[in-house]
Formats: sequence, structure tokens, C-alpha cells
Amino acid sequence: MVKKIFAQIYIWLILLFMYIPILVLIAFSFTTSVNVGVWTGFSFDLYPALFQDGEIMAALGNTLIIAFISSAVSVLLGTTGAIGAFYSKKRAMRALDSVNQIPVVNAEIVMALSLTVMFVFVGSYIFRGANLFSFWTLLIGHVVLSAPFVYLSIKPKLQQMDPNLYEAALDLGATPRSALYRVTLPQILPGILSGFLLAFTLSLDDFIITTFTRGPGLLNGQGTIETLSTLVQAKIKKGPIPPEMRALTTIIFLVVLLLVVGVTLYRYFHKDKKHSRRRMAR
Amino acid sequence: MEENNTIIELINVTKTFDGMDAVSDFSLKIKKGEFVTLLGPSGCGKSTTLRMIAGFDTPTSGQILLEGEDITKLPPYKRPINTVFQRYALFPHLDVYDNVAFGLKFKKVPDVKIKRNGTKKEIMRHLTRKEIDDKVARALRMVDLDELEDRDISTLSGGQQQRVAIARAIVNEPSILLLDEPLGALDLKMRKDMQIELKEMHKKIGITFIYVTHDQEEALTMSDTIVVMNNGAIQQVGNPIDIYNEPNNAFVANFIGESNIYNATMVGKLKVRFLNHVFDCVDDFPLNEKVDVVIRPEDVDLKKASKEEIENFKNKKKDGPLIGYISSRLFKGIHYQYVINIGKNELIVQDTKEFKTDEYIKIEIDPELIHIMNKDLTSNVFYDAWIDKQNRLVISDMTFSCDVKQLLPGSSIDEEGYLIDSKTGKKYDLKDADVIAEIGLNDIEMSDSHEDCDVTGEIISLIYKGDHYQALIRTEEEEEFIVDTPYDWNEGDIVGISIPEDKIKLTLKGDISKYEA
Repeated sequence: MVKKIFAQIYIWLILLFMYIPILVLIAFSFTTSVNVGVWTGFSFDLYPALFQDGEIMAALGNTLIIAFISSAVSVLLGTTGAIGAFYSKKRAMRALDSVNQIPVVNAEIVMALSLTVMFVFVGSYIFRGANLFSFWTLLIGHVVLSAPFVYLSIKPKLQQMDPNLYEAALDLGATPRSALYRVTLPQILPGILSGFLLAFTLSLDDFIITTFTRGPGLLNGQGTIETLSTLVQAKIKKGPIPPEMRALTTIIFLVVLLLVVGVTLYRYFHKDKKHSRRRMAR
Repeated sequence: MEENNTIIELINVTKTFDGMDAVSDFSLKIKKGEFVTLLGPSGCGKSTTLRMIAGFDTPTSGQILLEGEDITKLPPYKRPINTVFQRYALFPHLDVYDNVAFGLKFKKVPDVKIKRNGTKKEIMRHLTRKEIDDKVARALRMVDLDELEDRDISTLSGGQQQRVAIARAIVNEPSILLLDEPLGALDLKMRKDMQIELKEMHKKIGITFIYVTHDQEEALTMSDTIVVMNNGAIQQVGNPIDIYNEPNNAFVANFIGESNIYNATMVGKLKVRFLNHVFDCVDDFPLNEKVDVVIRPEDVDLKKASKEEIENFKNKKKDGPLIGYISSRLFKGIHYQYVINIGKNELIVQDTKEFKTDEYIKIEIDPELIHIMNKDLTSNVFYDAWIDKQNRLVISDMTFSCDVKQLLPGSSIDEEGYLIDSKTGKKYDLKDADVIAEIGLNDIEMSDSHEDCDVTGEIISLIYKGDHYQALIRTEEEEEFIVDTPYDWNEGDIVGISIPEDKIKLTLKGDISKYEA
């Protein structure tokens, strides 16, 4: 009995510590005070103000564009890499696995710094002193960051797959290409999706690589690209966190929450519905 | 005429993996509509042969002809051959209908297209939705699954998945259907039912079946032709009755059905000696030839022995009938199974008559039922060997150190003596595992010393073979070893023999999974 109560308290405490800050944040997105912790009365003002703040909107836009493009590229590289490694000889596969592991366990600052040094080096020696820093270097930085994680999320799916499936497809007349599209890819799709989400979130809140590799471009035009993380960093250097950020983070949290709840519900109901599908289609 | 009848022909096919021959010099012709079974213990190369026919593996050398055309290097998707996989390999993301329809979506059929200007043109086109629908419905009806076409694969039972796998293959109307141990994952009852169903399906659709199994009973029940394989080579090809009654060699006899196999010697015209007794026989072999003899357990007649006959036998009078001692009896439903000890040898007998255990019995064998086979004199083979607690090899009361790791490639032995599979981490307890032991003629060492050796025995015969002597040594346990030796010994010498651990080749009877700890 006592054991049970302790177990209950334990889990609730952990949940409390995880979600209290978010709840506080959500609460404070409905008051306009500049300093967090001071309640100056309930208002929705931060939300319209958020959408009128050009700087934040540009940063949000940049962040989303980079996240989408870099995770798409990472998924492409990670998936082809994982499939390629899986069908290589055992020794080659093991080598690829370890090479892929290094950036995952490596400190991000190491990667950020080495990318910077490389871009400067390539710029000054190969492109005759040109400054390479731009959207493209930023994109490369983010892809380098997240592609190994995509590889890691797809590899186990391939290993779980019945090795005969691909052969069965060939046996039934599918060319290697259509066997890949019709059998292998659908089998590893959950891995690809979770890889994409992982890459997306990694890119979304990345700060170190972003500050080191960004240059002018995107919605900032001639100015240096600001993402949400770099913008917040720039703001707190000068003063308090802009209050509109509270509204923005609340919205981001709610969108993620909706997504998670939606996926769960979809899975729950989808199970039963699937069977009656084709009868109607035919 | 025969040419037209052959659907597939394998000519001297060899497949080498990492320097080891998985299949060596395999030649076989298969007739149209035949039900052919490749039978052999695990690792004998039967699955590799099937994979080469399917196109998943390419032979290292040799040729595969399909209706006279060379398909050795043709990729699997261009062969009119379909496979039912061991664990079905159904596509989990597709339902029953889409699994069966999978192959049809790639199929192209000839058609005539009428152009605007009225001229006809021959084209290849994909099947229409309606055609696919009809074919799928027909295939599913054939396997009695027409009700389940919208079900997810994961919701089906093992037997149903098996049927989907068959439907998915036959819907493409292949010229050859390959089945790789398709019943291995089913329980006994299901397996028996599916055996009958598969056989009926084969009759109904009339395409050639090539079936792979290690289950001899399955092979005997279903096949028109059985190909017995061992160590990558064909041991015998024949119909089930011939394979059972007239095995080519001791391996086949041992693998198919229960059998007593003995080392024997021809001691006269149509007279053969084994179990320390001379039998009449009907197979004519040269005098003094070393042979193998097979006695099926149901072919032995047991009769009550008279007191006098037993006395004679105990006094080692040679001319009396063969007398044995019943050491155990098991009731098996329609018959009893007796284990009869004759000297140090055992004879398994199945008889409907009831005899008491722990009694002497007279043994008679009809000369017609003594099957004599050429002995393969390239090695000493012991079919009734087993492994003891210390992972040593036991051949009728003699123990030898051996390397049991060879029974499972890439395994190791832990401190407790379990065999560990380094890939899966599974543990195997090999105590009492039945094995076939093989020792090369050159790998047995003979010495004068009776101390530092595994066993001692008497040299029964010594034959000069040009550059070496071949000695036949009989041990006290009445086992015989054939040894090639450069030295001249004398017949009648008592010698010590020892066998280096790494020279004993072991083959497990049955699958290793039986011994999982």
C-alpha cells in the first residue's frame, strides 16, 4: 500500500517538474508585463502583438524554412545511407555504423567550429577569398547535425524487416527499384517519419551550429539570418526576453500537443476502420 | 521426346561461399508437372540449390536451363518461377488481397491494339483491374481464403498465412513453384493437413513443384521424386519407394526411415557377415568386400529361442541361429519396438508380437530384406555415435575428444559446457545428442603403445595398396576402423589407435534447435 502511494507520488512529482514550467509560461502569455513573474492583469494583447512583430515573424519563418529543408535533405541522405549500409557487406556496414556514430556522440561545439573553419578555409583557398557564409552553409550545418540521427532511426527498422521480403518482391516480378518502393520503403516508413520529426526538432531549436554557420539570406535579405534561438539570444543580450516570445512558445507547444494527440487518436481509430476500405473502393 | 518433357535442368552446378562448397557439381533434370523434393539435413545445400533456381544466388559454376534456355544469370524478376518462403515473407503493410495481387501488377500480357487507321499492332500491356480481380479471386478460392481478402496479414493464423503465401505464388501461373520448407512453422496437425492439401493442389494445377524439406516423412508422403542431399552433393535420386527400399548408401538409409546399419564383410558367395553372424543374402558382392548392411526394423522376425539354442549361443557355438537379448520394449500402437542387444551391438526391431524384456530371443532375417550397399571407403563413418556430458564423442562405449563447435558455425563453449551461438546468444546442451561421426582413413594414428591411446584393437586384415597399407582394426567393442598406414604391421597385432580431436567430423542428426537449453 505504502509502496503504491510512493510510486504514485514519484510519478506525479516528475510530471509536475516537467510540465509546471510550461503551464507557468502559458499562464504568463496572457499578461503583458515585460518582466516575467509580475502579473499585470489578464489580456490577449501579446498574441496580436506577436504577429505584428516583424523581427519575430521573420525569425519564425527562417526557422521553419530551414527546419523543413534540412530535415528533408537529412531524410534523403539518412534513408539512402541506411539502406545502402544495410545491403553492404558486414564489415562495410559495421564501419559505416561507427562513422555515423561519431557525430551523434560528438560535442556539437566541435562540429560547429570545424564547419566554420572548413567554410573559411574553402572560401579563402578555393573560392579566392569569398565569404561563403549564407543560407547554404547553414543548411549544410543542419544536415550534418541531423542526418546521422535519421540513419539511426531507420537502421533498426531495416534490421527488424524479414530479409525475405525484398526477395519475395523480386520473385513476384518486381524490379529492384519497384521492390524498394513497394516493399522496403513502406516497411521502414515509421522509421523515416520519426527520423524526419527528429531532424525537424533538432533543426528547430539548434543554436550553436546556427550561430557558427549562418550568413545573410532568407527572410532577412541582406542581413544575417536570425532564427528563433539566435533572435532570443540577441534580445537578452540587450534586455529582457521580448514578452511576445511567451505567446510564440505557447503556440509552438500547443501545435506539438495537437500533433501528438492527433496521431494517437488516429492510430487508435484507424485499426478498426481499415478493413472495410476496399470493398467500397471497388 | 524426353527433351520436351524436361522443364528445368541443372548442369554441374556448384556454389561456393567463402571458399566452401555449399553445393558441388549438382546435376538434375526435372520433368514437367513433377513433384520433386530436395531432402537432406540442415546445411546440406538444398536451400542454396533452391535459391539458385529462384535466381537469388548465382552459381559459381555450372548452368541452369529452363525449357532449354539458359537462365543461370537471369535475375529473379525475369524468371517464370515463384517461391513460397519458409516464413512466408508476406508483405505486412498490405492486406491479403494486395499481397496476392502484388505479382500480377508487374505482369504483362500480349494484346492486339487497333490503331486509328485500322491497322493492328501487337503490344504488351499490363493486366486490367478486372483481370487482376478475377485471378486473385480464383487463387484465393483455391486456398479457401476467399472470405478473408480484406484482412490484415497480422490478424491471420499461421496456417492462413501459409495459404496466402501459396496463393500469392500460384496466382502468377509460374512454370515452377518452389517451396522452401513451407510447413516448418506449423504445428503437427496443421502440417499433416497441409501436406495432403499441397499434394492435391499439385494435382489440380499441374505445375512443377520443387519442395525443400529436412523431414523425410514429408518427403516420402508427397513427392514423385526425392533427391537426397548431403554435404552439397546428391546422394540418391529416385521415387519414394526406391529410396526407402533400395538406399544407395548408408547415409540415405540412415536419413530415410529408421534403420539398423552395420559394417559387414562378404564371407562367401551370397553370404555376408555382420553382428558376428553369417547371413544368406541376395546381393552379389566380391568375396572379402567391406560393405554396409541396412536392416529395416520392421524386416526382422523375432521367434522364441529354445533352451538348447540359447546354451549353444552362450557357449559361442558359431553355427546356431542368431540370438539376442531384449533390453527394452516400447508399445507404439500397432507394434512393439524392441531394442535387442547382440554382443555390443544394438538391433532395433518393430514387431506386432509380444515378447518379454530381459529374455533371449531368436532373430531371423529374410535374405531378401538384407540390403547390402557399397561401402564408401574414403572415411570411417559411425552412424550411431552420440555426445556425452563432457562434450566427448561416444562410439559404442569408446570415448574420444572431439570438437563440438563444428556443429554450429561461429559458436563457442562456455565454462558449463554449453554450446553458445555467438550470433544469437542461444545456448545448446549437446548431452546425448545423436551424431554421425566421420574420420578420414589417414587421420587415425596407430601405435604399439597401449597407454597413450584412445582405444586398442586387433588388426584383422592388412592390405597392401601400392604405396601404403590399409589396416582393418577391430576393437573389443566390435567396432571396426579402417586405417591407412605407411608401416607394415602384422595381422593379429594388438595396436593402440588415437584420433586427433580436430580430425573428427561431426554431423548432427536432426536440427540443432532440438538441443536448445
